Amino acid sequence: MTAALGYRRMVGRRWIVLALLAVLLAAAVIGDVVTGASRLGAWDLLSVLISPDTAPAAVRVIVWDVRLPLAVMAVLVGVSLALAGAEMQTVLNNPLASPFTLGVSSAAALGAALAIVLEQGLPWLPAGWLVPGNAFVFAFGAMMLLQFMSQLRGAGVDALVLFGIALVFAFNALVALLQFIATETALQQLVFWSMGSLSRTTWPAIALLAGALALCIPFSARATWKLTALRLGEDRARSFGVDVVALRRGALVRVALLAGLSVAFVGTIGFVGLVAPHAARLMVGEDHRFFLPAAALCGALLLSLASLAAKAIVPGVVVPVGIVTALVGVPVFVLLVFGRGRSA
Amino acid sequence: MRALGVENVAIAYGRRSVIGGLTLAPMRPGTLTALIGPNGAGKSTLLRALAGLLPSRGRILLGDSDLSRMSLAERARHVAYMPQGLPQGVQLTVLETLIGALKASPPVSGALSAEQAAERGLALLERLGVADLALSPLDRLSGGQRQLAALAQALVHQPEVLLLDEPTSALDLHFQLSVMGLVRDLVATAGLVGVIVLHDLGLVARFADRVVVLNDGALEADDTPQLTFTAPLLARVYGVTGRVERCSRGGLLVLADEPLPGYRG
Repeated sequence: MTAALGYRRMVGRRWIVLALLAVLLAAAVIGDVVTGASRLGAWDLLSVLISPDTAPAAVRVIVWDVRLPLAVMAVLVGVSLALAGAEMQTVLNNPLASPFTLGVSSAAALGAALAIVLEQGLPWLPAGWLVPGNAFVFAFGAMMLLQFMSQLRGAGVDALVLFGIALVFAFNALVALLQFIATETALQQLVFWSMGSLSRTTWPAIALLAGALALCIPFSARATWKLTALRLGEDRARSFGVDVVALRRGALVRVALLAGLSVAFVGTIGFVGLVAPHAARLMVGEDHRFFLPAAALCGALLLSLASLAAKAIVPGVVVPVGIVTALVGVPVFVLLVFGRGRSA
Repeated sequence: MRALGVENVAIAYGRRSVIGGLTLAPMRPGTLTALIGPNGAGKSTLLRALAGLLPSRGRILLGDSDLSRMSLAERARHVAYMPQGLPQGVQLTVLETLIGALKASPPVSGALSAEQAAERGLALLERLGVADLALSPLDRLSGGQRQLAALAQALVHQPEVLLLDEPTSALDLHFQLSVMGLVRDLVATAGLVGVIVLHDLGLVARFADRVVVLNDGALEADDTPQLTFTAPLLARVYGVTGRVERCSRGGLLVLADEPLPGYRG
């Protein structure tokens, strides 16, 4: 077999992996929508989606107002966090980088805590948006702070990662301080917020996150080759003509937007941004044309499965999805790593 | 076929000057120039400045054009740089790294499709005699194979200038000779301006056409290895007593005997 043919087959295999992930995701989303307290079949779902007017009102309300927004949000948040994690791991050249490990989630938690405990927030936001608005501003601000640090003289990528970790501790301490002074109700609200839950989803929130993704994805797509080249080291990428500083700046802005919005709407869901890129890397390698979409699909799949499991574990109770994500994600991740170890 | 000129080049890290006002006779196409000197002499710094990775004052000329005025992308079409070692844990095959290098900064001929880039990468690997490594993941290569893959990444833009930073460090004897032989042949047949940082004076004597000796950021000597390597130079630059002998086949043997007391580098 010639190398050219071998390469074409390798690319073909990767397309198949992406297609399989998409099929699995579709199945997981359908499973997610039909699972819940009231029984609903795939047929009910189909009829509501095709002709909402003829479907029974109760089914219509369950599907459109409860199940579908949650399922769609799970996909969008999964895609956003996974993309953010994948780009972060590449531009910071660190396999442990993720929105969760470098302070975005902690910053969002601090923003949310300020809104919940002190009822302080952005003055022009309507009351219902106070918590997510604050969380987003803090998450975005934290990423911009990292960005600013990266432009200081002599601050290398490693310094940036260390600074991100320092941010996590600083924000966590401030959140703990707010918890200490919080009233019982506020404390309960804050703890529940930080567990990560899809149940706060609204259609406007979905539209906002979908819009952010639509804005970011073309830029990510344009950067795929440069990101691939950056895996060979910063000096080498620059010698290929890649403006690494601009590449990193662009990626971190996308990360700030996507991770900031996700965390603002659903709270801290930590594991997706870290594990989805690793799973994608094991499946399709690091040609970012395949790596980024595979990471996004893995993130969406993981969160959809978690959302499904959150409803199925205890009948009648929806466990916060942030808890389930880690419980579902860890075994999957361990299996992937060990599977890889055996095949190597 | 253009020569590489270094005119009054000064490089500093912040306020600390590493190279101050260095001028070199033009490095001609088809010749391999070795940059040598003790640790901290400024060899790698000069190489990185030639690659455009460090800001420098003065002029770095390729023919008549001033490289220091070009953007990084424009410069990448003329100058290739191979840093020391490839990073670990990269999940890319050798061919994918070449496609990535080509697509990251499209060549002057215009944007290549991924398939065209793959063809070009494969042709290069065949020329280097390592086509069988095309689909091997970087992480499964031996040290020597990794250096050949890195060399291919540097050559894939078909540069006029090839800058290599210690390509033989950490290689066994076989690969030291094969990598150096390959570099010398590529430089000669493609008419490249080759500049290489090396520590092994034996390899310099055998493969380089010209040797530039840097000491503490200044030019110490600049000539052929035969005329440059002398016992006094070894003492002055490296702080060792040594001998330079001609072996029975005509090559130079550089032998270091003892470190000189009182040498501070």
